[in-house]
Amino acid sequence: MALPVAFFAVFFAWPVVSIVDRGLRPGGDWRFGRIGETLSRPDILDVLGFTAWQALASTGLTLLVALPGAYVFARFDFPGKSVLRAVVTVPFVLPTVLVGTAFLALVGRNGLTDELWGLRLDTGVWAILLAHVFFNYAVVVRTVGGLWAQLDPRQEEAARVLGASRLTAWRTVTLPALVPAVSAAALMVFLFTFTSFGVVQILGGDAYTTLEAEIYRQTARLLDLPTAAVLTLVQFAAVGAILGLHAWTVRRRETALRLVPPERTARRPRGAGQWALLGGVLLSVALLILLPLGVLVERSFAGPGGYGLGYYRALGSLDESGTFLVPPLEAIGNSLRYALAATAIAVVIGGLAAAALTRRAGRLVRGFDALLMLPLGVSAVTVGFGFLITLDEPPLDLRASWILVPLAQALVGVPFVVRTMLPVLRAVDERLREAAAVLGASPWRAWREVDLPLVRRALLIAAGFAFAVSLGEFGATVFIARPDSPTLPVAVARLLGRPGELNYGQAMALSTILMVVCAVSLLLLERLRTDRTSGEF
Amino acid sequence: MLRLDGATVRFGARAVLDAVDLEVADQETVCVLGPSGSGKSTLLRAVAGLQALDAGRVLLDGADQAGVPTHRRGVGLMFQDHQLFPQRDVGGNVAFGLRMRGDGKSERAERVRELLDLVGLPGAGRRSVAALSGGEQQRVALARALAPRPRLLMLDEPLGQLDRGLRERLVVELRQLFGRLGTTVLAVTHDQGEAFALADRVVVMRDGRIAQSGTPVEVWRRPASEFVARFLGFDNVVPARVTGTVAETAWGEVPVPDGSPQGDRRLLVRPGGVRPVPAAGDAPAWTVESWTFRGSHVVVRLRPAGGPPLEAELPLRDAPEEGTETGLAFRPEDVVVLGDDTP
Repeated sequence: MALPVAFFAVFFAWPVVSIVDRGLRPGGDWRFGRIGETLSRPDILDVLGFTAWQALASTGLTLLVALPGAYVFARFDFPGKSVLRAVVTVPFVLPTVLVGTAFLALVGRNGLTDELWGLRLDTGVWAILLAHVFFNYAVVVRTVGGLWAQLDPRQEEAARVLGASRLTAWRTVTLPALVPAVSAAALMVFLFTFTSFGVVQILGGDAYTTLEAEIYRQTARLLDLPTAAVLTLVQFAAVGAILGLHAWTVRRRETALRLVPPERTARRPRGAGQWALLGGVLLSVALLILLPLGVLVERSFAGPGGYGLGYYRALGSLDESGTFLVPPLEAIGNSLRYALAATAIAVVIGGLAAAALTRRAGRLVRGFDALLMLPLGVSAVTVGFGFLITLDEPPLDLRASWILVPLAQALVGVPFVVRTMLPVLRAVDERLREAAAVLGASPWRAWREVDLPLVRRALLIAAGFAFAVSLGEFGATVFIARPDSPTLPVAVARLLGRPGELNYGQAMALSTILMVVCAVSLLLLERLRTDRTSGEF
Repeated sequence: MLRLDGATVRFGARAVLDAVDLEVADQETVCVLGPSGSGKSTLLRAVAGLQALDAGRVLLDGADQAGVPTHRRGVGLMFQDHQLFPQRDVGGNVAFGLRMRGDGKSERAERVRELLDLVGLPGAGRRSVAALSGGEQQRVALARALAPRPRLLMLDEPLGQLDRGLRERLVVELRQLFGRLGTTVLAVTHDQGEAFALADRVVVMRDGRIAQSGTPVEVWRRPASEFVARFLGFDNVVPARVTGTVAETAWGEVPVPDGSPQGDRRLLVRPGGVRPVPAAGDAPAWTVESWTFRGSHVVVRLRPAGGPPLEAELPLRDAPEEGTETGLAFRPEDVVVLGDDTP
């Protein structure tokens, strides 16, 4: 537990505290009056209200659309399942700016639906909500589906024999077992949408602004650090409250579940109802996820003189405008290197933290649990900015080091690792560990021999998550990536920030490459996973 | 009560249930006995409606159950590993079926109390199922299955995971309980002792088919085939040529009961039907190879001059010493000419 605590103290608490310090204590005097002043401004209150409302609506909508998907991925066998699972995860790793752009290209001005039916959604809140569902679908499918696939179907059968209909059996037996995973997923979705930045920036226009976008505006555009610091504190408090509530509900409901290998629970759909469900889920995936991605790819090839590889060729060379110091293509190598390092850090830190949380109980540990989630709720912009102003001087001068970027990315990845590992780790029967201890295994050895084989699947999912998050991380990276080594999302954002069709097209082309990189990495992960598990049975 | 007509279930090309015909009468306890993989559990799942039939019918009280979903069949099933719901306490588990039926709260509480008394766990309603011992889980699972008063109670390896002493005691309790409640029971097990102790009628299964059906005493005394005989633990089986009431075997001439099938057959000699006699004249001599003391009797392994060994159960005072030679006589009523063994 010491290592994760130190990690968070140095790379999270310190930068955040520094920012707040600069904002609220200019010249050494505390100015708490600023909090009240800022919070009574009607424009800020509007921002707060909208932030909470859209996060709630997005979470509800995402659960509604994604829970059937989680079921289908957990319980049905169908051709192309692993490819599809990777496909639905791709949106999650796309830079948020890009998700916004893809939906703009789909439902915005001159977008696909505008061209076809004259339908435009970018003027209302629906585009934001849909983009959030697009973005968070995988969170629910992976978190809930991962556990669902390991629940013993005979529990439901036992309920059926006792007179419960299919639906009642699900509601009374499976649902309670899923509640921790569902609330973990809902929490993640809520936090992401609560701190949504890129999507809102693109699709919200002036009418809709979230807290995070406002913090960015205050910091980067208006240079109003005090207001930004107050907003950061507000976000902190709100997120802390949500996390506390979550920890409380989860603790009340967690029980030792009966886990079985997922290979034993998935079977081909049977009967019209199940096929219809599968069809419906496939259709929703096609409309909600494949279509925006398809439009994105289409736009990357659609040059002014018809379809071609023009935009891709342009990526290999330096343009004269000085947007980049290196050809944009080099961003691929940078991104992969950074993401691998960040994944390694996140898995080690997150794994240790999750193990510590499983093993011990008590107020302190529960506080730590909630603390781990904070990086998700604190604006990435704040973290990036905080890194810049704290880690650039002795004793820790990392500004010139490449490790700075992976560290910031790992910070965002750790909560995923912990959230994915905890439900499964806690569901491991304590008696197995006791058995190992009696047989002479030290706690660490027991973890390696008993927990690890049981949770390897969850660990791989967690690593995949961390990798994906690192690849797509934008808010913090944009502050700290050096100009001569941009990551893919940063390069895309820079291209989108420039006017002109060539830059737009190049952004689309680079995004397509990012998408392919993610898809290939995730496919490799899926492969690895099935190989390992099939070897055990 | 329950009737299966040519019930067939295939997993791919393999028939797990192969045209099984079976009847269970009201208040009867039938035990399906067979090695693992013989299709026993699939049989129960098919009756419960958890496994669709590829051919044949399941009838309950004369009504075809095709298309009737599991929860409307009114049968109870106790799973092999209990499948108690971990998120509910003992009372919540037992009350589950009553809740599904829409019973009122006070009614449920009353019935739960009654059942927990019945299975010997009075006052355990508030306990967590995770904290129960194996035997207690067993009892809770039984109470849960019995609570909605199913017309047919099915048990999958009901005592499989318990230790021997507990098993023997529970088997007696279960039999008394079912007799008192008048429950119709279909149980499956791989343990012959359990089946014989529990059942009014035993059905032996092999590779998805019924190899023999009868009362425990019938099956024990007259195993229908070499498979059944060996599954019941009888190893004294040799090829024989039966003529009249005498069979010629590698163990010499063995008397068989009147009316036995004639010709080339296989022959079972029950260990209890072997008696030592003084070695005399040209009768073949048997060497006592090993000697195992079993309390009330001794199991002696005997080897003839040329041929497979033979096991005999003898009273202590009759058992010849290890290493000595003896002659043997066979009681015809303990010799069985086995039927055709093609499954």
